[in-house]
Amino acid sequence: MEFSSKRFADVFVAAPVGRVDHSNAESLHSALAPLLEQVDGASHALVLDFGRIEYISSVGLRVLMMAAKQARACQARIAVAALQPVVAEIFAISRFNLVLDVFPSVRDALAQVSPAALAAFDAAPGSANA
Amino acid sequence: MKRVRFWGTRGSLPVALTASDVRGKIVAALRGASGRTFSSDAELDAYVGRLDVAVAGTFGGNSSCVELECGGPDHVLCDLGSGVRPFGQAAIARHGAVPQTYHVFMSHLHWDHIMGLPFFTPAYIPGNRIRIYGGHATVEAALRRQQDEPSFPVPFSTFRADIEFVHLEPGRRHDVAGMAVTLKSQRHAGGSYGYRFESQGRSVVYTTDSEHTLADAAEMDGFVDFFRDADVVVFDAMYSLADAISVKADWGHSSNVVGVDLCQRAGARHLCLFHHEPAFSDETIAGVLADTRRYEEITRFGAPLLVTAAYDGMEIDL
Repeated sequence: MEFSSKRFADVFVAAPVGRVDHSNAESLHSALAPLLEQVDGASHALVLDFGRIEYISSVGLRVLMMAAKQARACQARIAVAALQPVVAEIFAISRFNLVLDVFPSVRDALAQVSPAALAAFDAAPGSANA
Repeated sequence: MKRVRFWGTRGSLPVALTASDVRGKIVAALRGASGRTFSSDAELDAYVGRLDVAVAGTFGGNSSCVELECGGPDHVLCDLGSGVRPFGQAAIARHGAVPQTYHVFMSHLHWDHIMGLPFFTPAYIPGNRIRIYGGHATVEAALRRQQDEPSFPVPFSTFRADIEFVHLEPGRRHDVAGMAVTLKSQRHAGGSYGYRFESQGRSVVYTTDSEHTLADAAEMDGFVDFFRDADVVVFDAMYSLADAISVKADWGHSSNVVGVDLCQRAGARHLCLFHHEPAFSDETIAGVLADTRRYEEITRFGAPLLVTAAYDGMEIDL
């Protein structure tokens, strides 16, 4: 699975790409693991940029649930942003929109979790397209 | 196999419509009829027939009891929830005093799956044969115990039918009533078993009270194999996925979304949502059904999967 991450002040923004299903959910879990280890709760949050996720199955959603539990265990925020319409429907049908914080864009998510991260995001090149 | 017939579809506890529920259905039906005229009872009946189950009927009702109509003289049931009471009354109405043979496959022994036996009238009639199959070693003890004082005033020994208990091993084929039957161990408190029935080129999977943690790929693959190319999968869809793997993790139940994912991977043809949450209204269950059909549509990668929600009295022709 293609996966990238950036840090904006005290927030990590992770951006997986493609489909997440039973065949590759473990790779999403592995990609998130080092970021979650760095989320210490006092100063960090994790935003998942789902703008390029086309589909996520129940097994993939479980990875998000486990990540959320791990983050919340250390009082860190976790949010999902920029869902494509189909993925937004999957979140609604599975009721994941009720247990995870979902935002229309990465910028909206950062505005909610960290003013410092929002400022860093806005100052970064290309942020107007985020 | 010719048909699947549902006598009890509610999970955990039987439920009854309230007066308020009935009033709501009448209001909804009248609202739908506003401006229409009906020149005959047939037109009126046709209008009612077009209404959704949530308006013109109810999902019910009784706790788990599903009949497989096999085309032979014997009766085949899954579980002895409260739905077995109306099944027994219907069997007596149809066959009178002619002795019958009943084969009953037990998913597990929690109360909602055994509570109908004390009210299963054929068990009290001499000449009837009842064969109760299961993977648990405690099937007979559980069914005898619920008849004992102070829980019930009629002891098991009062039954006059010939009742036999048959232990089944998971993972191997058993031949019963002209069907090949295999069972599979499932995650549930105390353990539960799913059943796959095959005969005459048709296959039905009955898998209730089965939690899928989604953590073990091999375990998921095992269920995909168990559901492979099934004509019908009767599936425990009690919770939403989010609830099933968070606040209700380890409660022993699954979700509509996992049902679709497994059936799609297995190439099954018909997913029937079952073991409805007792707190859900008919409108809520109808909403879950609509959501599930939409989920199947947007995640489809092969042939379409028919999705229905079981209700007491529903029949699926095979």
